[in-house]
Amino acid sequence: MEALRLDGNAAAGLLSEVFAGEVTTAVGTCDSCGAVEAVGAIHVYMAAGTVLRCPHCEAVVMKVVTDGERIWMDLRGLRTLELAS
Amino acid sequence: MPIISRGFKGRRRDDAPRDRVPPGQYVTDDFPVLSAGPTPHTPLDQWDFTIVGEVDERRRWTWDELRALPSETITVDISCVTKWTKLDTVWEGVSVDTLLDGVETSAEYLTVFCDGGYTTNLPLADVTGGQAWIAFAYDGEPLEPEHGGPARLLVPHLYFWKSAKWVRGLRLTATDELGFWESNGYHNYGDPWKEQRYWGD
Amino acid sequence: MEGAAVLGRLNWHVAEVADVWPETDRVKTLALDVEGWPGHRAGQHVDVRLTADDGYQAQRSYSIASPDGGPRVELTVERIDDGEVSPYLTGDAHAGDRFELRGPVGGYFVWDPDPGGPVLLVGGGSGVVPLMAMVRQRTANHDEVPTKLLYSARSWEDVIYRDELGRYGKRGDGLEVVFTLTREQPPDWTGFGRRVDRELLSQVAPPDLSLTLVCGPTPFVEAVAEALVGLGHEPSRIKTERFGPTGG
Ligand SMILES: Cc1cc2nc3c(=O)[nH]c(=O)nc-3n(C[C@H](O)[C@H](O)[C@H](O)COP(=O)(O)OP(=O)(O)OC[C@H]3O[C@@H](n4cnc5c(N)ncnc54)[C@H](O)[C@@H]3O)c2cc1C
Ligand SMILES: [Zn+2]
Repeated sequence: MEALRLDGNAAAGLLSEVFAGEVTTAVGTCDSCGAVEAVGAIHVYMAAGTVLRCPHCEAVVMKVVTDGERIWMDLRGLRTLELAS
Repeated sequence: MPIISRGFKGRRRDDAPRDRVPPGQYVTDDFPVLSAGPTPHTPLDQWDFTIVGEVDERRRWTWDELRALPSETITVDISCVTKWTKLDTVWEGVSVDTLLDGVETSAEYLTVFCDGGYTTNLPLADVTGGQAWIAFAYDGEPLEPEHGGPARLLVPHLYFWKSAKWVRGLRLTATDELGFWESNGYHNYGDPWKEQRYWGD
Repeated sequence: MEGAAVLGRLNWHVAEVADVWPETDRVKTLALDVEGWPGHRAGQHVDVRLTADDGYQAQRSYSIASPDGGPRVELTVERIDDGEVSPYLTGDAHAGDRFELRGPVGGYFVWDPDPGGPVLLVGGGSGVVPLMAMVRQRTANHDEVPTKLLYSARSWEDVIYRDELGRYGKRGDGLEVVFTLTREQPPDWTGFGRRVDRELLSQVAPPDLSLTLVCGPTPFVEAVAEALVGLGHEPSRIKTERFGPTGG
């Protein structure tokens, strides 16, 4: 049991600052294990920044940090992200 | 200018001595739990602490060996980059000086590594000279897993993301290698008194 | 500050409290007038940002309780005693007060009027809020998908939307409401009286279930999702919305 775990949906507000369209139904591929999941089904942890982790292998797929004026995104753990155009 | 919410104060103390609170910080009596991932549960008989990288010889301590080293009680103020500061926190731990005693190295930096994959980077000069500890107790009790137990790094003069939870060792390096947050927007050094929160601060 | 203006471009709205009413001892609903509200889908949430007069800010997420198309956006908030934001929203906020909202966001955890078979909604505590929006949307739209709401609360007094839910269960429109009261049951109680576990779910979940939406405190959601998978339901047909840490 992970008391601090949230769902991808919880990061929807933050991600809406970056992506124009609906991002929680976008589908990401985990670079570590190859699992394919909607962003809404990915695990979220809120720390100094927001960390999205693969629900299958817990590898980091996205790190997002904002200072209110800039947003930094580390997407190394995400092989692809498929969004509706 | 954002909208002011009438009557909203937040959970803060306003009686704190100003000279002890870094700029932009708010004093709290709670101990908020922030976590970048699931809480690891490494059994103590499989736990060790190592010093690796640019060293003459790799060092390793089991849990029992670490606990047998001389330890200190430390009372310090801690500041999290998410803006809370907690005064007079009491820890017990082994000084990093004790662990580095006799280690020969030409390294000037180190990467702290942890269960769960978290890393953070620091100049070696910031963990020596009585500035950093491997802490295993908080407020007289064994450090709880949610706060980084069995052991976390404690470097109270820098923002608390440098005080890595679930610490397992130090990798000494010749060059500065950016850690988990330092590589994605957070300041490389993180001095709360200079408000070094983000890149460029 | 140009960058800030661009980042803030789409999302932050000013909300003014129009009305507040109690749902239970610990829970209140806030009806908000939101400038430029674009409409939403049942199940979505907003991020609320409060700003103190010295600039201090706190931000939390709250699900939208009202269906789309209503005159106002409603949030239902449970008071967490040592919390920072929920005591303000359930205690200090009155008609005329203003704060900022970002949203609506979260199109993953939303009402689907046509999932191909029966739907099960499982809510724990305030986790019923987005599910209530779905139930209300279903009713407003006259959707026919067979729907069951399983709602776990501590006691009858803690049941949010008690009267409205009581009415919904009796309309014969394919919506069924099942309660379980985990700590205290009224003397004449005939519903369930324990935590949602595998056996309870096996009694409640229709066999041909096509979609389950689970919402509540993180421990509740994890236990329910695990039990559903244990009963053979496909993980990809279980959507979860964890509200965060709590014992309830
Ligand atoms: C997507 C999403 C939707 C949400 N929708 C709603 C909603 O519709 N209605 C609602 O009431 N809440 C909802 N929440 C929870 C809400 O965002 C806050 O976490 C909650 O109101 C507590 O905030 P606080 O500032 O009062 O407490 P905090 O100051 O954040 O926390 C104070 C203490 O309470 C604990 N705590 C934190 N969160 C919770 C919690 N959810 N339950 C119990 N204890 C907690 C903390 O560990 C801490 O010890 C939602 C959360 C998410 C992620
Ligand atoms: Zn993976």
